[in-house]
Amino acid sequence: MLAEVLLLARKDLRIEWRAKVALGQVAPLTLLIVVIFAFALDANAPLLELGAGGLYWVAILYGGTLLTQRSFELETEDGNFDGFRMSSMKVHSLFLGKALALFVQICLLEIVLGPAILLFYDVQVANWALLVTAGVAGTMAFSVCGVLWGVMAAGLRVRTTLLPLLLVPVLAPVLLAGSRAFETALGVRADAGWSWTSLMFVISAVHTVVGLGAFGFLLEES
Amino acid sequence: MSGGTNSTEMTATPATRVLGVSAVAATALMILLGLVISPADVVQGEAVRMLYLHVPSIWIAYGSFVLTSFSSLLFLARSKRRPDGGRHYDRLAGSAAEIGVLFTAITLITGMLWGKVTWGTYWQWDARLTTTVLLFVTYLGYLALRRLPVDPMVRGRRAAVMALISFINVPIVHYSVDWWRTLHQKASLSVGRRPEITGEMYWTLLYSVLTVTIIAAWLTVHRYRVIRLEELRDEETLEQLISSRRNEETADTAEPGDTI
Repeated sequence: MLAEVLLLARKDLRIEWRAKVALGQVAPLTLLIVVIFAFALDANAPLLELGAGGLYWVAILYGGTLLTQRSFELETEDGNFDGFRMSSMKVHSLFLGKALALFVQICLLEIVLGPAILLFYDVQVANWALLVTAGVAGTMAFSVCGVLWGVMAAGLRVRTTLLPLLLVPVLAPVLLAGSRAFETALGVRADAGWSWTSLMFVISAVHTVVGLGAFGFLLEES
Repeated sequence: MSGGTNSTEMTATPATRVLGVSAVAATALMILLGLVISPADVVQGEAVRMLYLHVPSIWIAYGSFVLTSFSSLLFLARSKRRPDGGRHYDRLAGSAAEIGVLFTAITLITGMLWGKVTWGTYWQWDARLTTTVLLFVTYLGYLALRRLPVDPMVRGRRAAVMALISFINVPIVHYSVDWWRTLHQKASLSVGRRPEITGEMYWTLLYSVLTVTIIAAWLTVHRYRVIRLEELRDEETLEQLISSRRNEETADTAEPGDTI
């Protein structure tokens, strides 16, 4: 099963590498969001420093939703799911493979966005271990939720508007936990950063279990 | 709530008329009890009267979402085994969710009005309020999914899975006041716990729960029927289109003969 997961993740990443949508379009767009936030807050340095964690996750939420949408558009436009159903691969492998590919793409986005936030908002990292662990936990939660809700909207004509409507309420706890953990890691708040990080791991685990159970069912209909 | 084809039977039965009249009569008594007979609270004053609509509304919303999940589960379990695809479970899930969303909105509005009087603000980013608004938006998404113009069985199955996942929010909303430090007070009525209010207020609140339950039941039955009628209208329109196309084809094939 691991070989199938890696194969399917590699397939998505190879398509992405050739098209360069994540790095060529989505990453610059999230950078633009970071700059726009500064305009909206009148380049108020103390306020930007205070809100850096939250703004980072809002930008990731936006970029990640676009990546999720694209991940499923590629599959449904060419009827790839029909091909998958005819193959002998397990449905669980597809769920985990797509989640892994989305995880890698969002990580790339974060590698671009993280330094930009530190630079533009002039924030210092107080706890690197917490920052990296919370980033990984949040990205994991985003990836599994994205794949689960992405397949729900896959193949529908209104998927571009429906997916954010379905996904954002589910990701709201991740956004909240990620923001609190980052604020602690950036030293702007003395809070239980590790507890918020644990919450994101719990959300990932719950959605992985639900996703493994429901994905096959949803895939039949897409 | 069985699906017949006679639209008159589907919108009016003696049982639902009795239910409707009972709802109106019970509402009149609820207004009397809530606004006239029950006393003002020592601390909250007249604002306590908002409780008689706020608390029953959220209980009805919870109940409706339980019904949505249960019907969705039955739809998923039986849709492939029944000749009609178990569509009535899907309809019941949809109508219950609509009522749940309506009563969640009522809960939010009454809560905001109560908050303005008691806390001095319409909104606080408190755990109970925030989780309730997330519950509301999640089920709005569910209703959006239900309105998609795709095959009813595909839509029904996806909506059923979403209903089951979305239900996770209900216990989070309910226990948020116990799990986090919140400005919102603890539950006024709770199973296995002494009620927070007593006397006339307690009985008025219990009566309000009963009244709002009757109203919600009546609304759910009627929404179910309207959904069924909409389906019949769509099926009828499709059949009419097919038959008119067939008639056109018959006319086309008959035309050369006529001209000879």
